[in-house]
Amino acid sequence: MASQETKRVAFDMSAARGDTTTPSAAGSVRTKIEVKNLEFHYGSYKALHGISLDIPEKRVVAFIGPSGCGKSTLLRVFNRIYQLYPKQHTTGSVLLDGEDILDKRYDLNRLRSKVGMVFQKPTPFPMSVYDNIAFGVRLYERLSRRDMEERVEWALRKAALWDEVKDKLRQDGTQLSGGQQQRLCIARAIAVKPEVLLLDEPASALDPISTLKIEELISELKDDYTIAIVTHNMQQAARVSDYTAFLYLGKLIEFDDTDRIFTTPSQKETEDYITGRYG
Amino acid sequence: MNLYQRRRFVNAFNLTASMLATAFGLFWLAWLLWTLLSHGLQWLSWDVFTMSTPPPGSAGGLKNAIVGSLLMTFMGVMIGAPIGVLAGTFLSEFGRGSRMAPVIRFVNDILLSAPSIIIGVFIYELVVVRMGHFSGWAGALALALIVIPLVVRTTEDMLRLVPDTMREAAAALGAPQWKVVTVIVYRAARAGILTGILLGIARVSGETAPLLFTALNNQFWSANLNQPIANLPVVIFQFAMSPYEDWQHLAWAGALLITLSILGLNILARIFLRTRRQDY
Repeated sequence: MASQETKRVAFDMSAARGDTTTPSAAGSVRTKIEVKNLEFHYGSYKALHGISLDIPEKRVVAFIGPSGCGKSTLLRVFNRIYQLYPKQHTTGSVLLDGEDILDKRYDLNRLRSKVGMVFQKPTPFPMSVYDNIAFGVRLYERLSRRDMEERVEWALRKAALWDEVKDKLRQDGTQLSGGQQQRLCIARAIAVKPEVLLLDEPASALDPISTLKIEELISELKDDYTIAIVTHNMQQAARVSDYTAFLYLGKLIEFDDTDRIFTTPSQKETEDYITGRYG
Repeated sequence: MNLYQRRRFVNAFNLTASMLATAFGLFWLAWLLWTLLSHGLQWLSWDVFTMSTPPPGSAGGLKNAIVGSLLMTFMGVMIGAPIGVLAGTFLSEFGRGSRMAPVIRFVNDILLSAPSIIIGVFIYELVVVRMGHFSGWAGALALALIVIPLVVRTTEDMLRLVPDTMREAAAALGAPQWKVVTVIVYRAARAGILTGILLGIARVSGETAPLLFTALNNQFWSANLNQPIANLPVVIFQFAMSPYEDWQHLAWAGALLITLSILGLNILARIFLRTRRQDY
C-alpha cells in the first residue's frame, strides 16, 4: 500500500498494525492528533510546507530528518509553545481528539494540560525535586498534602526515578545528574496527567546509559500516552517508535510503519537519508 | 627575528603592559585605603556611634549622620528597588518584541550615567521648593532616582541570563506568563537581582551631591524624614572643609565608615553571585 502514497498518508490502522508485532494493536487504534495542511512561518520564512499526517493514540511516532528540516518546529506546534514568540505563526489545522488546537478559542492552558513536553536540554526548575513536580500539578489541581505526595511519588515512579531520588526530594532539582534531570522533566510532564507527550530530542544531551533508560521509559509510557519524539538518532527512532515520519526541507516526505521506513522506504529521499547519504 | 620570537615578544610586551595598567589602578586604590585607615582608624571610637555631631571644640560622634544615612538609603532603596525590578522585568520578559522597550532601555542608560548633582537639583526643584524646606524624604527620593536605573539594568541583565528553555519548560506545563516569571524566572535569577540591589545600596550610600540639595544636614539628632536630616556624606563634606581639628577627625572616621560598608556590601554581592553560579 505504501509505494504510491507520498505526502498524505492516511493509515488503515488495523492493516498497518497487522504487519508489526505490537500486541496491543488489535484494530482499536484511533487517531489522536490529525494534522491537516499545516504551514509554519518564522516571520517571512516558511519552515513547514503543507504537512498532513495522523498520529494514532497510544503509539510512539518518531520524527526524523536532517538538521533544520522542521521536525522540532512541527513538534512545537502540537502544544503551541511557538506562540511565545510573536513572529512565529501557522496556517492549517491540528485536531486533537477532533478539536482544532490552532483555533484561538482553544484554551492554551487546557491544551498544555493535555499535551506535555520534554525538551532537548534538561530544564529542572531552580527548586526542590518535589516542588519541580508539584509546580505543574498545582496549576490545575488543589491537592491535599498527602495527595500531592502520592502524586509526586507516582510521577517519579512512572519516570523510573523514584528509587534514585526518594531520599532527596527536598534537594535542589538542579543538583541531580543530567540523566536524572531529564527523567525529572519527564516526571514533571507526566504529573499533570497529559494525554500526549512531546519529546524533543530527549536523549541527545545524555550519556548512553541514561539514553537507554529514557528509551526503556518511552516504551513503558506508550501504554498510557500518545508519544511524539523528535530524534537525530535513527537507531533510536527504530528502537522506540511504532511509526516514523521523515521530514526534509520542511516537507513531510514519508510517514509509515517504522519497520517499513527502515527496511523498504517508498521514497528515494528517505532511503538516501536512512542509509546515511546526507543529513 | 623569526615568527615565534616575534610572537613571544608581543606576548611579553602585552602582558607587561596590562600588568602595569592593573598595578597603576590598584596603586591609587591602595593609597586611598591606606590613607583612610591610617587617618580614620584612630578616631573610630565607640563615641562615634553613640553621640551626635558636636559643636566645634566639644566631644561628639556621628550617630545622627549614621542613622540619617541608613534611613534615607533604606527608604531610597525601598522606593527605587521595586520600581527598578519591575521595569527590568518588563524589559526582559514582557516588552521583548515591543517598540517601547528599546526606547526605555536607552533612556534608562542615560539616566544611569546622569551626574548625581543633576538628580539633586531636579529633586530640589520638584520637592524641596514645593515643600518649602529641605527634608529626609527629598533625600530618599533623590537616592531612589539613582537606584532605579541601576536596578533596572542589573535586573534585566540577570533575567536574560535565565535560559529561554526554562521559560518554555514552564510554559509547556501550562503556566501563565506571570507565573513563569514570578515563580520560575525570579527564582532562577534571585541571587543576581539581589546583587544588583546590593550594588545599588553601595552606590547611593556614598552619594553627596544629591543630598546637598535635598536632605541638607542637621546638627542635631533627628529621625524625622520630614525635616532636614544629617547624613554621612554631607557631614564629611562639611567637617572636612572646616578649620576645626576635632571635626576633621570625625570626617576621617566617617569616610572610613562609608568605605568599609561599601566594601562589605560589595563582598556580600560577590558571595551572592557565587552561590548563584553553583545553581546551574
